[in-house]
Amino acid sequence: MLRYVTRRLLGAIPTLFLIITGAFFLIRVAPGGPFDRERTLEPTVMENLNKIFHLDKPLWEQYFYYLGNLFRGDLGPSFIYRDFTVGELLANGLPVSMTLGSLALLLALLIGGTLGCIAALRQNSWIDYAVIATATFGITVPNFVVAPLLALVFGVWLSVLPAGGWNGGAPSNLVLPVIALALPQVAVVARLVRGSMIEALRSDHVRTARAYGLPTRMIVITHALRAACLPAVSYLGPAAAALLTGSIVIEQIFGLPGIGRYFVNGALNRDYTLVMGTVVVIAVFVVIFNLIVDILYAALDPRVRYD
Amino acid sequence: MIRSPFRTSLFATTVLAASVSAASAVTYVRGNDGDPETLDQHKTSTVAEANILRDLYEGLVVYDPAAQVIPGVAESWEISEDGTVYTFALRDDAKWSNGDPVTANDFVFSLNRIMDPATGAKYANILYPIKGAEAINKGEGGELGVKAVDDHTLEITLEQPTPYFLELLTHQTGLPVHPATVEEFGVDFVQPENMVSNGAFALESVTPNDKIVLQKNAEFHDADNVAIDTVEFTPFEDRANCARRFEAGEVHSCSDIAAEQIADLQSRLGDQVRIAPYLGVYYYGINSAREPFDNVNVRQALSMVIDREFLADEVWAGSMIAAYSWVPPGIGNYVAEQPQLDYADTPLLDREDEAIALLEEAGYGPDNPLEVEISYNTSENHKNVATAIASMWEPLGVTTTFNVRDASAHYAMLRDEKVHDVARAGWIGDYSDPQNFLFLNRADNPGFNYGNYDNPEYDALLDKAAAITDLDERAQVLAEAETMFLRDVPQIPLAFYSSRSLVSPKLQGWEDNIQNVHPTRFLSISE
Repeated sequence: MLRYVTRRLLGAIPTLFLIITGAFFLIRVAPGGPFDRERTLEPTVMENLNKIFHLDKPLWEQYFYYLGNLFRGDLGPSFIYRDFTVGELLANGLPVSMTLGSLALLLALLIGGTLGCIAALRQNSWIDYAVIATATFGITVPNFVVAPLLALVFGVWLSVLPAGGWNGGAPSNLVLPVIALALPQVAVVARLVRGSMIEALRSDHVRTARAYGLPTRMIVITHALRAACLPAVSYLGPAAAALLTGSIVIEQIFGLPGIGRYFVNGALNRDYTLVMGTVVVIAVFVVIFNLIVDILYAALDPRVRYD
Repeated sequence: MIRSPFRTSLFATTVLAASVSAASAVTYVRGNDGDPETLDQHKTSTVAEANILRDLYEGLVVYDPAAQVIPGVAESWEISEDGTVYTFALRDDAKWSNGDPVTANDFVFSLNRIMDPATGAKYANILYPIKGAEAINKGEGGELGVKAVDDHTLEITLEQPTPYFLELLTHQTGLPVHPATVEEFGVDFVQPENMVSNGAFALESVTPNDKIVLQKNAEFHDADNVAIDTVEFTPFEDRANCARRFEAGEVHSCSDIAAEQIADLQSRLGDQVRIAPYLGVYYYGINSAREPFDNVNVRQALSMVIDREFLADEVWAGSMIAAYSWVPPGIGNYVAEQPQLDYADTPLLDREDEAIALLEEAGYGPDNPLEVEISYNTSENHKNVATAIASMWEPLGVTTTFNVRDASAHYAMLRDEKVHDVARAGWIGDYSDPQNFLFLNRADNPGFNYGNYDNPEYDALLDKAAAITDLDERAQVLAEAETMFLRDVPQIPLAFYSSRSLVSPKLQGWEDNIQNVHPTRFLSISE
């Protein structure tokens, strides 16, 4: 398995290289630069800044300069947040986004998985319909509606939880953003698990197990659940990468210092290095989580092998 | 909002407990416009940064709670008869947060640093009135007109008389740095563990996108009168988030409110919503270098039919003031009766008739409709304004299209390509003087002259005003320039900005003012 993991990680290098190259040139194609703001700068000042940030050099030279730095693990200085390097900004924001994302993911798996199983076992009962209805609600109502609503109800009207802010990651500050972040994921996981569980429960080996008189709990846990998890596991790869690298909407609404906002702000401000930094982080996360999903898949489904 | 006792939150309890147990430790949670791009006063340019730096540092002069210029590190000053030499007497008890005395040489070092091209100061040009500043900043070398006569006497020589120079020194670019710290740590002097400042507060911690914490500076000369112990600057890009947290009692003030929330917040929070005139103008630059906008009749017709009251009251929900002049009212060093557009008091229907006639004279009407493209940067408010104006132009038979881009692309186009017909822009004054608005339209100021106005007479009037030391006489000349501008209207003034804040009744000492500056050292919190 070690060989498999190493091969996959090495195989990801050209992919990452292509992503970095594509992102580098795409962001430069956008009109405007990092110092084009409402306050136009004096030409001399602009020249000074361009010189400081090497923007006066030809694009190809800037590209190799960036690659060289990246190779040494240096993501460069931020063009906009001038007191920080991109590495420092991401190092500050990533733990926040990861805390939120992993809690939301855990919640999605636990609640979504449980709800999906219950709905499948009680197919076509009111419980099943209630789960489906809740899941549909969770998927269709967007984050930017749910999040402010939660803050308003629990933060402002009832005053039982903070309406926003990070406060060093205090548990009370995590509750609302994690719920808002997890809700759509809970819904998706519940639907996926319900569908695959129903399928698994109808499969031949489960029918055989039933014929042998095994108790339902054992059939579900040892025979059906494993197969029912597979679609959810496949879904969790990209979902985890997205959740752990920050949810722009949630971070914005609750005012949390994660990295989600850096991507949007970086792009809007043409903070080239900051955008590149977030692209690199997200790309690495996607690669790693796809790998984890593949390993999990093989562990859950014996038909899949590491070759 | 009704709250019952059993709804007391865990959070509120914690805050309450903290405030009760440490009655002397008063914390002010202050909503700020956004995260600062930097805390290096020589590299900053935004209001969000100015709010923090004003607490961290003290300049030669400072703003009082009403935004009047009062002594800061300089106790007093003398101005030479020709208005070009300022001699500042520095207070004896001014100290840095590490106990070092603040000396005249610190200002010499600081002003030289901001002009050094290697610093990459975005706003160095604010201080170009200082002799030799522009040449140094342009890399041409020379000597800066700033010298330390002794430790407590600073002399600044200007290129020419600049009546608003003292006001310029209140800007963050005029704040001093601690030379030894800058020399030791370089760009890292802004880090909390390194920063040495001379203001009412010292930097405690910086968490990007979260909060910046300042603690009272015991070395500050007026520390006895500073009532707040800790300031937590919290950035709010999402204005609604600040309003929610304000209502939840988690922040004491918000620096801005979303326009669409104003009416609702006013109905619930009453006078906690503070709307006050602000030194800024929102306008549309008409590209007067381009046909048919080179025709003054076309420009006047387009300006004439705009219902500015509707924009201010409806589109901006009463948070802006209709603008019929270019220079905002209430500005310093200006005439009492400001010039305004001729049709300011004419009923809208009459204006419409007149505008149709003007356009017909220019060859446009139902058979030959005028086509106008409005360029603006992405924002719900800018979109609403553009849509409203397009419908106001309809009676003239104008066909309007829109060109929407994000801010970087919009301003890059205005600066480099200038291919717009009509473009949205705004200007917030850095100092309370009409020159700060009128200079935008100079022919030799392509960076800001979005109307591409090229009128030597206008420029000559500004030059003439620059050489006059008598403030009344100078104001008259500047008013002449504004009259000329309003006659030619290369940029259409639409509205004057207002500051929109939420201020808790607990926060004492907050005075609404045209600069929207509220130094924390003059505020206090009552429980």
